[in-house]
Amino acid sequence: MKRTNASIPALHLVAACAAFTACGGAAGNGSSQPTSKLDDPSEAKEDPPDLTGQALANSLLAQWQRDHEDRDWQEEVRSAHPNIPGSADNSAMVYVKGGQDEGQTYGRFSAQEVLTWKLETDALVLAGARIFHSGDELGTSVGVSCDMCHPDAANTHPATYPKFQVQLGRTILLRDMINWCLINPVRAPAMEPDDPRMRALEAYIFAQSKGEALDYGKH
Amino acid sequence: MSKTPKSIETRYMEEREQLFRGLHNLDRRSFLRVSSAAAAAAVVSGMTPHSFSPIRIARAAGPGKDLRIAYISDSHLYRTELNDRFVRSILRAVDDVNKLDPQPDFVFYGGDLAQLGQAEELELGAQILKEVKAPVRMMVGEHDWYLDMGEKWQELFGAPTYSFDLKGVHFVVLNSVIEEDFWTPRGLSPMERMRTVAGLDNHNQRSFTVGAEQRKWLEKDLSAFKSDQPLVVFSHSPLYKLYKNWNFWTDDADEVQAILQRFKKVTVIHGHTHQVLSNHIGNIDFHGLLSTAWPWPYAPQGLPELTIQMDRPDPFNPSDGCGDGEIYVHPDGLVDKVYRLWNRNPITVPASYLKSQGKKDRPPATTRGSY
Repeated sequence: MKRTNASIPALHLVAACAAFTACGGAAGNGSSQPTSKLDDPSEAKEDPPDLTGQALANSLLAQWQRDHEDRDWQEEVRSAHPNIPGSADNSAMVYVKGGQDEGQTYGRFSAQEVLTWKLETDALVLAGARIFHSGDELGTSVGVSCDMCHPDAANTHPATYPKFQVQLGRTILLRDMINWCLINPVRAPAMEPDDPRMRALEAYIFAQSKGEALDYGKH
Repeated sequence: MSKTPKSIETRYMEEREQLFRGLHNLDRRSFLRVSSAAAAAAVVSGMTPHSFSPIRIARAAGPGKDLRIAYISDSHLYRTELNDRFVRSILRAVDDVNKLDPQPDFVFYGGDLAQLGQAEELELGAQILKEVKAPVRMMVGEHDWYLDMGEKWQELFGAPTYSFDLKGVHFVVLNSVIEEDFWTPRGLSPMERMRTVAGLDNHNQRSFTVGAEQRKWLEKDLSAFKSDQPLVVFSHSPLYKLYKNWNFWTDDADEVQAILQRFKKVTVIHGHTHQVLSNHIGNIDFHGLLSTAWPWPYAPQGLPELTIQMDRPDPFNPSDGCGDGEIYVHPDGLVDKVYRLWNRNPITVPASYLKSQGKKDRPPATTRGSY
């Protein structure tokens, strides 16, 4: 499930943490080296690693990139599926000095916060798009993925749930239908309702039907 | 039919088969008309009328030299050990066409025999299609092509572009799934290329084309024919622009249509869309083919006005929305298209419906179209 972990949103935050930790670690380990170089240059038989600012940053970045081959996954999903409708525009929420929110403590959102909402939301949707199109991530045993019947999540109509699904004899939610599809045409184990993949799949399916009016119970 | 003596049960079942096969040609009113005429004819001829005779008489009264084609399409085979459902589906279609009596003049395969273009998938398909009693004519689809750029497919089935004549009709088969090279700049492996093209909604690929080379070939191939020559063209993708996002689309469709415009009776039959799909542009009728593997949803935009949608497939029934069918080419060159949906009544889209821009002989509409 390595790929699944990577597809959990907020990868960029994880990445930032990893880089930070690496920085701290390297600085700690290497702290004695520059000192010894200065004290006794004759000791240096090999070229010591260049630990000046940019070179250090480059080497750390290269190391991180080697450890995260999947780092461009969001761009890859976006490139294959550029028509996923964008999440809502919240730019009007950004606090403006001297605006009507002046003096309020509630609702003082910075542009960075609003951007974070978007990035986090998009990341979950993109993770869903990737799982939706990947038999491996879905765990299929018959080479079937969701997009084979539902290109761009067509004919999934998430806005019509909950509804009484006649063939199942009970009122179901979107995730129940996803699980039905997993068990039957996809021949994969069902997912727990809070499985990160299930949450991502739901996010993608809802995103794709943006603008569709909620009409629960519709057949 | 063979001359071996048959039990009354066998004859009954055969007549029953024929009845159901014949029914699709008749709407209710003409059925009643034919029935009463047949009953009268039976009384005059001293025959004992029984339940199945009207259809036989109706068939006998139809045009005598029809050219009949059965089709199977878009089977998307994996090797049997991985996925036997798609294998069972194409076997069902092969049974269907083998049961046709009389047998069709040929069976047309509409492309996408394999799912990922692998040699074992194509070989399995070739082996299954050997069971077809009538001669088989093959067309290539993108799922057959993009692993090895058609090498295995051509080894098994020959050139993807060809033409032939039968009973006064000229048939052309095109390879309409040629995409501009998107894989070299991206550094994709053959399997990555195949999977990209296999994703209907994957935008990393390019649009389908017939290409300048084939268009030139087509012009040359058709140059000897007069404009009243009945012409049937097969292409895997629809030879018009329906919905680019899913490659329900041929980028140079306008150029190909321009080559076909001088003919008075042209029909284009295409696979790829896995659904009942009808269109009429200029003088050209367009018909889709059903898939044996799964149905596609209707495109959210660009659906031709003349298309009468098939019923919304039931996801709980794995073969619903799938099927095979027949193509009737009448002596006058007009084509009726039969969609034989496995769990539904067959749908016939007659030439008269398309030629009259939907005014005449409209097939019955479904009560449950797509969302």
